[in-house]
Amino acid sequence: MADASPLLECRNVSKAFGAVQALWNVDFEVRPGEVMALVGDNGAGKSTLIKGIAGIYPFDAGQVFVDGEEVHIHGPRDAARLGIEVVYQDLALADNLDIVANMFLGRERVRGAVMLDESNMERAARETLDSLSVTTVKSVRQTVAGLSGGQRQSVAVAKAVMWNSRIVILDEPTAALGVVQTRQVLNLVRRLAEHDLAVAIISHNLHDIFECADRITVLRLGQRVALFERAKTTQQEVVHAITAGALDEVPGMEMPDTAATAEAQA
Amino acid sequence: MSTTAGLGRVPGGPPIDETGASSTVSGYIRVWWQSVRAGELGSLPIIVGLVIIVITFTLLTDNFFSERNFTNLILQMAAVATMAIGIVFVLLVGEIDLSVAFVSAVGAVVMTLLLRPGDPGWPWWAAIGFALLCTTTIGFLHAIVITKAGVPSFVVTLAGFLIWSGVVLILTTQYSTAGTIRIQDSTVIGIANDFLSPVWGWILGAAVVAAFALVELRTSMTRRARNLAAKPIILVALQTLGLAVVTFAAIWYLNEDRGVPKVAVILGIALAFWSFVAARTRFGRHVYAVGGNAEAARRAGINVDRVRIAVFMISGLMAGVGGIMLASRLRSVATNTGSGNLLLLVIAAAVIGGTSLFGGTGRVIAALLGALVIASIQNGMDLMGLASGTKFVITGLVLLGAVLVDAFSKRRRAARGGV
Repeated sequence: MADASPLLECRNVSKAFGAVQALWNVDFEVRPGEVMALVGDNGAGKSTLIKGIAGIYPFDAGQVFVDGEEVHIHGPRDAARLGIEVVYQDLALADNLDIVANMFLGRERVRGAVMLDESNMERAARETLDSLSVTTVKSVRQTVAGLSGGQRQSVAVAKAVMWNSRIVILDEPTAALGVVQTRQVLNLVRRLAEHDLAVAIISHNLHDIFECADRITVLRLGQRVALFERAKTTQQEVVHAITAGALDEVPGMEMPDTAATAEAQA
Repeated sequence: MSTTAGLGRVPGGPPIDETGASSTVSGYIRVWWQSVRAGELGSLPIIVGLVIIVITFTLLTDNFFSERNFTNLILQMAAVATMAIGIVFVLLVGEIDLSVAFVSAVGAVVMTLLLRPGDPGWPWWAAIGFALLCTTTIGFLHAIVITKAGVPSFVVTLAGFLIWSGVVLILTTQYSTAGTIRIQDSTVIGIANDFLSPVWGWILGAAVVAAFALVELRTSMTRRARNLAAKPIILVALQTLGLAVVTFAAIWYLNEDRGVPKVAVILGIALAFWSFVAARTRFGRHVYAVGGNAEAARRAGINVDRVRIAVFMISGLMAGVGGIMLASRLRSVATNTGSGNLLLLVIAAAVIGGTSLFGGTGRVIAALLGALVIASIQNGMDLMGLASGTKFVITGLVLLGAVLVDAFSKRRRAARGGV
């Protein structure tokens, strides 16, 4: 557990939306070169956690460290500056633009004062895809509309790693994919870790997670209920943590907790 | 007129592939044909349509294909094409501007009033400059309401349609009892009524062809130097040759009549400039991105509202330029300036030219192609002496056909893009 210091670390972060305590004193960390899975049932707080890290909204309490230094992320730009890139489930690609244009969207390279440097961007896009061994994309000049789900995911991931990012967070990258394409994307996730990036992956699919993750953080009802090393655990153990992991005390949540636990054990 | 055809591949245009399949002429054509079959039609349907229209009217009428009529055609369509450039930008971000016709009229009236000798008797450049400032500001005001209040552009510009038609009426009736104000400035009248001398026509044509060849050659060389698949030099040569033949034939034909119209030069410059902006600049890329996926654009750090505001300002500016062309052609403005079917012709031109109403697809050149189609049909039907009811029906059917082509090619693209 102590073989590398975490690149991204959240300590005791909390977030409430009105009366709903979405996160309660959660610890979360990712080391460089590892894939950390973030699992939990619907409403467990996975999305809240990554959105807080991405700067979509601030945490109410707790600290975030990048490379051991405390950081304050006030917006997506702050996150990007720290090298944190999030690939959301809807991928945020413009269908009418080609792969190069999508990968450089908002950060186009220009030659002279205003003119787009197309050949420069095309090369860099190709090189990034090649470095991730994305072999399924034949032409970087095809529009994204013509790509399969797996190819789109690959483009979105390549877009995220293009900017010297060090921490890549993937939200349900395999949710809409078939078997072969899921395999391609999971391989891609592993390759990100091999490039010494810190990778966090949210997924509902334990099979996928056991295939690509090094460690597994389990959230339940806004709290971290378990942290497993993949090699030392089983799917049953993780499922049990997701559905019936032991909760610390949460103000106002005692009743539903006991009910949920009882139900899961029944 | 095809000055801008070579200004590069834009989103929605034929893709360049880097597998090497396109390094030969036949390979290039094969790649292009594959993209057409996949629904990336580009300008293909419209050019086929234009050829059909020209053949049809040449067979049906005596003087459709004549020097005089060719010149008239350009004079008739220049203002519509100019205004349609602005509409192309608005459609690209997935919005609409219904106010262009009356905004163009406001520009024309403001210019005319400022030009009145001695009252206040502004020089032509100041009057035109101020008129364009007014129309651009109007576009800005529309856009502010659309972006800040979140009201659909359809409604805001519909209100603008009423407001600016009222302003035109107020201004024209206030400053003239007859409701018509004549333009006396010779420079302004010359915009739509003067022609280049034959020599200048030839020089211009040569410059256009040379510019095309230079840009294409440079792009090809840069890509080759960077080890990317490039258009084969032989293809660049063939395209340049084709462009030269078409351009010089057109100039020779125009010189047989009165020469190259000045409006054609203005339109050509506008097309070249805005094609460059759309296809080759960061702003142009952002316009396409906002039209394709506004949320993706926002997350990429693009200021979506600013892009929206800019396209409505472009629409206002180009409406002003078109309005001045129309006023110059008629040598006056009147209470009915900007009314009639001008708005419909402008929007129809952009759509028939291949700009998608769904946003994100289309090229600036669409404004020219669409305006050419509409002007040819109207001109041809005029020569045939058809009743105006028949003319409306036929123009409407052409518009419907163009929209259907867009819808079907979009469906085809979607089918291919499915997971």
